[in-house]
Amino acid sequence: MEIELRRITKRFGHFAAVKDVGLHIRPGEVLGLLGENGAGKSTLMNVLCGLYAPTSGEIVIDGRPVTFAGPGEAINAGIGMVHQHFMLIPVFTVAENVVLGVEPTGRIDHLDLARARGQVRKINDAYGLEVDPDALIETLPVGVQQRVEIIKVLFRSADLVIFDEPTAVLTPQEVVEFFEIVKSLRDSGKAIVFITHKLGEIRQIADRIAVLRRGEIVGQAEHPDAVSEAELAEMMVGRPVSFDVDKKPYQPGPPMLAVKNLTVLRGNDEIAVDNVSLIVHSAEIVGIAGVQGNGQSALVEALTGLTHVSGGSVTFNGQDITQASTRERHRLGFAHIPEDRQRTGLIPAFTIAENMVLDSYYDDRFSKGPNMLWDVVNTAAAHAVVDFDVRTSSVFDAVDTLSGGNQQKLIAAREMSRDTDLLIASQPTRGLDVGSIEYIHSRIAQARDEGDGVLIVSSELDEILALSDRILVMFKGRIVAEFDGATADKGTIGLAMAGRY
Amino acid sequence: MDKETTSSTANPESRKLDSAKVRQAHVSGWILLGLAVLAAVVFGAGSEGIATFRLSRPTDPWALPNLSIPAASTNYLIAALLAFLGVRQFLRGNVRWTSLSLGSGLLLAVIAFLVWATAGKGFSLTGMLQATVVGAVPIALGGLAGVLSERVAVVNIAIEGMLLAGAFTGALVGSLLGGVGGLVAAVTVGGLFGFILAALVVTYRADQIIAGVVINLFVLGVTSYVSSQVYSEYRFLNNAPVFAPIRIPVLADLPVIGPVLFQHNLFVYGAIIMVAMATYYLFHTRLGLRARAVGEHPRAADTLGINVYRTRYINVTMAGMVAGFGGAWLTLGSVGRFDENMTNGIGYIGLAAMIFGRWHPVGALMAALIFGFANSLQQKLALLNTPIPSEFLAMAPYIATIVLVAGVVGRARAPAADGQAYVKE
Repeated sequence: MEIELRRITKRFGHFAAVKDVGLHIRPGEVLGLLGENGAGKSTLMNVLCGLYAPTSGEIVIDGRPVTFAGPGEAINAGIGMVHQHFMLIPVFTVAENVVLGVEPTGRIDHLDLARARGQVRKINDAYGLEVDPDALIETLPVGVQQRVEIIKVLFRSADLVIFDEPTAVLTPQEVVEFFEIVKSLRDSGKAIVFITHKLGEIRQIADRIAVLRRGEIVGQAEHPDAVSEAELAEMMVGRPVSFDVDKKPYQPGPPMLAVKNLTVLRGNDEIAVDNVSLIVHSAEIVGIAGVQGNGQSALVEALTGLTHVSGGSVTFNGQDITQASTRERHRLGFAHIPEDRQRTGLIPAFTIAENMVLDSYYDDRFSKGPNMLWDVVNTAAAHAVVDFDVRTSSVFDAVDTLSGGNQQKLIAAREMSRDTDLLIASQPTRGLDVGSIEYIHSRIAQARDEGDGVLIVSSELDEILALSDRILVMFKGRIVAEFDGATADKGTIGLAMAGRY
Repeated sequence: MDKETTSSTANPESRKLDSAKVRQAHVSGWILLGLAVLAAVVFGAGSEGIATFRLSRPTDPWALPNLSIPAASTNYLIAALLAFLGVRQFLRGNVRWTSLSLGSGLLLAVIAFLVWATAGKGFSLTGMLQATVVGAVPIALGGLAGVLSERVAVVNIAIEGMLLAGAFTGALVGSLLGGVGGLVAAVTVGGLFGFILAALVVTYRADQIIAGVVINLFVLGVTSYVSSQVYSEYRFLNNAPVFAPIRIPVLADLPVIGPVLFQHNLFVYGAIIMVAMATYYLFHTRLGLRARAVGEHPRAADTLGINVYRTRYINVTMAGMVAGFGGAWLTLGSVGRFDENMTNGIGYIGLAAMIFGRWHPVGALMAALIFGFANSLQQKLALLNTPIPSEFLAMAPYIATIVLVAGVVGRARAPAADGQAYVKE
């Protein structure tokens, strides 16, 4: 199946997310679509799979123009999409998820799950996917869930498979396996679109590359070897990019945060953090690598006082703070950049100024008795906003009007403009554009150069490698490996992240 | 992974963990011990003589003899059992049985209470169980209506209003056209309110709670006005025939079981059939799978070409029809006339039954039976002249609601998208 996008434009109000985009997608070929977050990749593909109607332009399949009234019609036309956020129902089984919408039925609408299971097994065998049709989605690791999404698409006999940021949630090993699956799909004659912002991956897997910036195609390459990573990065961002973080030589100070045999339970009594011990020194960045869901979130919550510690101890500069409240820790000089900026980092409906004092409104500087000193708050917020390069016209704007990058800079401004000793940052650059990533990284490095201890949790291995002086790997709630930041090898860390070290 | 974590928790050399489950087990243990003390000191020491439970009526074809038991010693035995259950909670490895122990402990405590209240007197056990089933019908239908709409993620506070509308319409149309006509009209009007709720929350994205409350207030206002202003003048408008009981051949003659289950009118059998049909629909059909998908992850359903809005409309309308049927029971199934606010909170108890029943039709029916039991206990005990004031006894169903929803259910999981409007992109 050959697909052509002709001058596709999609506007949301006055904002054109996609402008005049033309693309050729051919069978038996992987088209890599590269672009930053917000460049319009997902919008473009949502147009192609029928979720959005294009404002103008047309989609041509095998020479015939088509229009889709909804995703159902795009599916019928042979277009399947594996979304970045999986479209799976956690409490359903694999088979139920796969057949949903095109269920095999018997008499009186009876759901024929036996047949569904058989069909899943057949696709399993054809592409070597090995997924148990009776497993509940919520019990499966993310890599397997992604295979379920692929089975879903294949079950609907798609000829074009679109992958939206498919590797964001995978371990390096899972990425390797995933690429094998993509290749076998391509070799069986499917057309593949691979959307990503990761330069290395696109050159590994794509047969052809198109780069999208601000809704427009800014460059194409007929062969991945025809362009270098630096060239691709420049096309994607619009200026030369540096991937290195400047920091002083590693000279750790005295131990600052000492965690001993820490154990944290989840609400259902599963062990989230299992007997973890670690030390963060002054002037040191410790990076915790690991696939999401291996206890990193619970560890950070325990260290910041947000969850109940079931065993072990946490000391800070010699003082036992295992049971200390969040505010006490804050007073001791903790800064915390939480993993979910929208849910735990900020109150989106509040103004920038209000968000800036969420952690210090009670301070004598900002309030007098029950009254807030808004003048002082606004002035302080304005200073911090300028200082941390938050792009906004006013501190009175609501935070949800800011881009993700600016929201994250705002959190960094709130947490780091104080005199802090320890920075705990969880997924500090998730979903940010390259410019914001550079900025946040330089700020983190600066904090460390000034003598702060820094603990970084990230599922982006590149981020961990770029920043860390020491790297710890977390797997199933345990620290399973430790590496020196300067000499660590990506492949070995990847193995440890998969529990095979 | 699950297995591994379990085994490491049970591992004796693992750290002493301050576990939520262990804490919960201990709290249950204290409750059970408290119940044991209550059973011994109040119900055991406080009762004298023989408690007589009547199992059959003299008219029954196969009569069973009465069940007579010595009150005090029975209650001491129950106290001992409760104490045993309580102590078990503090022993290691019994964490898993917490809910079951607490449930059976509560049942034992209720039995002890009954024995105490009956001591020296006679009490018709069969009559109480029969009243339990009858009282459970509107609650079960309300709960079923809740299940149908919450499974597609529409919170249905309006069940109360739909029940009331069904009761009102049933009485009015039933008075004019007879029972069957009244029933059809009640179901239709219930469905209409379901459709209105769906329109408000699905198409206009009104807040689901507010939309439901508005419907409740509207129905209450209209029906109260008509019943106080119009019915006082035209009494014939509020005089509907009542559906006669249908005796199921042979089964109806069985002792105890017969009167309790097989001598009811259309509504009781209808409720059971609807629960069975709803279970089949939700868990064994294509449309049911789609409905549940819409309740769990509407965007995923949408990407697969399932019409989220239509699914919600259909299910919420069906929920309204079920509630309309349940409401009709109040007039056409029992008293034949409509009284102001005659549902009196049954719809809300139905919602509690839905939650207690974990969003499953059969679960909701079971929960409704428990609430029906609390209700009939209260009515029958008023006849026994216990020292407890009748006002307190009237609270029993509501206390049962609170205890069950808060304590025994624990964390039941609602459909993931419950209460959220779906905005198509």
